[in-house]
Amino acid sequence: MTPELGLVHFQVLAAALFCLGLYGVLARRSVVMILMSVELMLNAVNLNLVAFGAFRGEATVVGQVIVVFVITVAAAEVGLALAIIMRLYRGRGSVNVDDIDLLKG
Amino acid sequence: MSLALFYVVAAVTVVAAVGLITARNIVHAALFLLVALLGVAGLFVLLYAEFLALVQLLIYGGAIVIVILFALMLTRSGEFDTVTEHRRWPVAAVVSAGLFVLLVAASVGDSGLYNSQVRTGVEFETLGRTLFELWAIPFEIASVVLLVALVGAVVVGRSVGGDGEPEDTP
Repeated sequence: MTPELGLVHFQVLAAALFCLGLYGVLARRSVVMILMSVELMLNAVNLNLVAFGAFRGEATVVGQVIVVFVITVAAAEVGLALAIIMRLYRGRGSVNVDDIDLLKG
Repeated sequence: MSLALFYVVAAVTVVAAVGLITARNIVHAALFLLVALLGVAGLFVLLYAEFLALVQLLIYGGAIVIVILFALMLTRSGEFDTVTEHRRWPVAAVVSAGLFVLLVAASVGDSGLYNSQVRTGVEFETLGRTLFELWAIPFEIASVVLLVALVGAVVVGRSVGGDGEPEDTP
């Protein structure tokens, strides 16, 4: 590890956040829990984009612009996903992914 | 100095993320998510991305966590009181740990390529100009995405049976 704050620090932190989110997505059974883990993964990606932009020097704006778009799409995703969760809960009385098998053959 | 700050903020973020994925109580998980998102906002400040830190605070901390808490309030069923993990959670743990090792190895292995220690921030004006000039069309498309998501959420989440529509029973 370099004594100064470098890009590697942010990369390792983003990797940790992403993998924690991945574990949440794969291991938890509540749909809301999975949604929150996906948010965590998106934040890890945003952190990487901003960190690369900040440490590269030139063309540094593009990373931040993409982060703005990612946040926009994440907001839309959460709104829509929660509407679907409401609908599922009303129809089936459960938010457990093991119970949601409508498309299972 | 900034390294010490980084370690403090990173520790808060990682602890909150671990709490998020291990919390028994799902409301606690949502609050842990809030702390993790605030931690990421702090890291944005460390990267001189003040605008994104503000956006993170307002949209994630202000809007998304509140909406998730509302959804939890409306769908609490107490079915996750005892066992919340999937039966195959060790597989998930192995996959996540493997990916983490891989990513860290790649980052540390490549660190010689990007060994700049200089962080350059972006001024608000530059960001705004880029967003509204170079990225104007994606920006407009993003507004359409938001509109479609809004209408879709209203249609999907509409109270079934309130306007004569039969309740769907799968």
